[in-house]
Amino acid sequence: MHLHKYEKWWLVFGTGTLIAFLIILGIGAFHSGSHPNNSRKTIDYERVEDFEPFNNPGVHKVEGKDWDYEVVLIASAFNYNPAEIELPLNAKVKFIATTKDVIHGFQATGTNINMMLEPGYISEYTTVVNKTGEYLIVCNEYCGTGHAYMYSKLKVVDPNAANDSE
Amino acid sequence: MQQTIVNKIMKVDPRDGKLAMANIYVAFIALLVGGLAGLLQVLVRSGQFTLPWGIGYYQVLTVHGILLGLILTTYFIMGFQVAAISRTVGPLTNTQRKIGWIGFWCMTIGTVAAATMVLLNEATVLYTFYAPLKAHWIFYLGLTLVVVGSWLLIVPQFMRYIAWRKEHKGETSPLLAFMVTVNNLLWFVATLGVATEVLFILLPWSLGLVERVDVLLTRTLFWYFGHALVYFWLLPAYMAWYTIVPKILGAKIFSDALARLSFMLFLIFSVPVGIHHQLTEPGISGLWKFIQVVLTFFVIVPSLITAFSMFATFELRGRQLGSKGLLGWFKALPWKDSRFLLPFMGMVAFIPGGAGGIVNASYQMNQLVHNTIWITGHFHLTVATTVALTFFGVAFWLIPHLTGRVLTPKLNFLGVITGILWATGMFIMSSAMHIVGLLSGAPRRSEYSEYGGATQAIEWIPYQIAQAVGGTILFIAILLITYVVIQLAFFAPKGEQDFPLAELSPGAEKTPAILENFKVWGVILVALIIFAYTIPIFDIIQNAPPGSKGFNNLW
Repeated sequence: MHLHKYEKWWLVFGTGTLIAFLIILGIGAFHSGSHPNNSRKTIDYERVEDFEPFNNPGVHKVEGKDWDYEVVLIASAFNYNPAEIELPLNAKVKFIATTKDVIHGFQATGTNINMMLEPGYISEYTTVVNKTGEYLIVCNEYCGTGHAYMYSKLKVVDPNAANDSE
Repeated sequence: MQQTIVNKIMKVDPRDGKLAMANIYVAFIALLVGGLAGLLQVLVRSGQFTLPWGIGYYQVLTVHGILLGLILTTYFIMGFQVAAISRTVGPLTNTQRKIGWIGFWCMTIGTVAAATMVLLNEATVLYTFYAPLKAHWIFYLGLTLVVVGSWLLIVPQFMRYIAWRKEHKGETSPLLAFMVTVNNLLWFVATLGVATEVLFILLPWSLGLVERVDVLLTRTLFWYFGHALVYFWLLPAYMAWYTIVPKILGAKIFSDALARLSFMLFLIFSVPVGIHHQLTEPGISGLWKFIQVVLTFFVIVPSLITAFSMFATFELRGRQLGSKGLLGWFKALPWKDSRFLLPFMGMVAFIPGGAGGIVNASYQMNQLVHNTIWITGHFHLTVATTVALTFFGVAFWLIPHLTGRVLTPKLNFLGVITGILWATGMFIMSSAMHIVGLLSGAPRRSEYSEYGGATQAIEWIPYQIAQAVGGTILFIAILLITYVVIQLAFFAPKGEQDFPLAELSPGAEKTPAILENFKVWGVILVALIIFAYTIPIFDIIQNAPPGSKGFNNLW
């Protein structure tokens, strides 16, 4: 099979680029620990409130863990519990979420916080909230008529700035 | 060694032409109705319009996705492929044609059944029908019939190709027939996933025979099918680019061997990559997600081969016609020929479309765009521009070829206008979707909502209005192409429209036989699927939570 010289260059260049991309993704994932939600914990979706930590949804400060805050969240058609999340700037936070009924999304728009919530599974994502502001949280997986009215809010506040202004 | 492919058959057998046309009619009806649904969606989402008579946004969205993503594509592809087989390896036998017709009616009954349930609001589950949303059982039965019908339609194509190979031992089969066979094989292997999901899991569940389903298993089976599906759409467009567009230019096939190599690579890498649609979901380990990301990147290579072949063909032909300078050949291309212009615009759209796809498949980067309207923008470039414009470019000569009419200069001109309108509308709509999805995370599959007056959601509205403008232009293009198709099918002057089919250069090398050896590539395909899916699926079943009951009261 004959390959033109330019075609060889093109394929070497193209394939080389793809390999470079993959190496960057691989280093990001397996060296720097940047993974999407890969949690494999399961739960009985019909009784989520009977189990830790979903018996106490909300924002909790935690001690002795790799992260400072835990956000425990339950989604159901068509709302989130808690309805609003407030976190201090630069907090390392673990989002722990599940659904009580159908599949929902959990995305803080304009951020990397974006995961699917599926019945029977606990979704988890750990990140540092390093930019102040109010982020709209939307359900981004169709869940029924009220889907576009299913939202909540993530507030990232700078504790020092708040003291200054008041 | 000299390659000898003599195109003794110059026309599609009229009896096969009827079967092909039946499929093409349904495809264009689906385009019109599905396009109308798309128009209603963008209007609703602009915030300026509400649907009358209690029709739901998500009902319209389900219609749009099913008709354009599943029905238009599958029917058009079957029509084109039946014609391509008849043209290249000879007419079907009466028995083969009968099987094809049974397949057509099976698909059509399935389509009508599923559509009826959607119209009755019993199946507002979108075209991905993710459990535990539970549609009426007739909806799932309808989908099963569509898949089974498509199998019956590919059987005669396989049979005719195999018969040709037996009749012509030692010869290289016609390139187009080979490509059709690859695509059919891909379709069969891919649909095994969705058929298992629908037939063995969702159908018994919706009938009440089993109470609960494994949600993650159904999703994984769906995406095993779902990503190969996009290549099933794309490969017929590539067929037109490799074998038909060169003829329209007056050129030869650039390289038969490279074309076959790229199709075999598509065959083996299209299926074991579905988990890249599930990167942000729980229950699948990061390692296996990453492995499928790597496999996904391999499937880009045959598209790189194709891009080179296309532009090499254009440049060589331009220079043959006497063009000088670095880019002089560009002017020599037949820009006023709709049969060339539309597929060409489709090729151009695939450059940003493919690049966006690489972003989507990039493991952790997917978090930024997953389920945002960026994704919708992405596949409106790939399937709804690259594939759709190429199909339209094919329809402009295929329909008159099959109906014994001709593409008149006036209809060709309207075809050019359609293409320009389509490209313009899609540029506006898709750009708005890409920008607001990437930079601001606006969700896909959501009706108009101000999200309690959130600042971010208010910023999305101008982009939604831009989508409505683009979508309206697209709908005008659909009306125009419907007119052109009706003219070509029923009213254009009688005559002989050529089925353009490029030939090899007289001095072309013989294609290595390995590239036609389906056994070898088939074994690699099966091995890759087993490698990529055995452990993830075993894990999903092994670690399954209690299953889900259905929900059919949420819409």
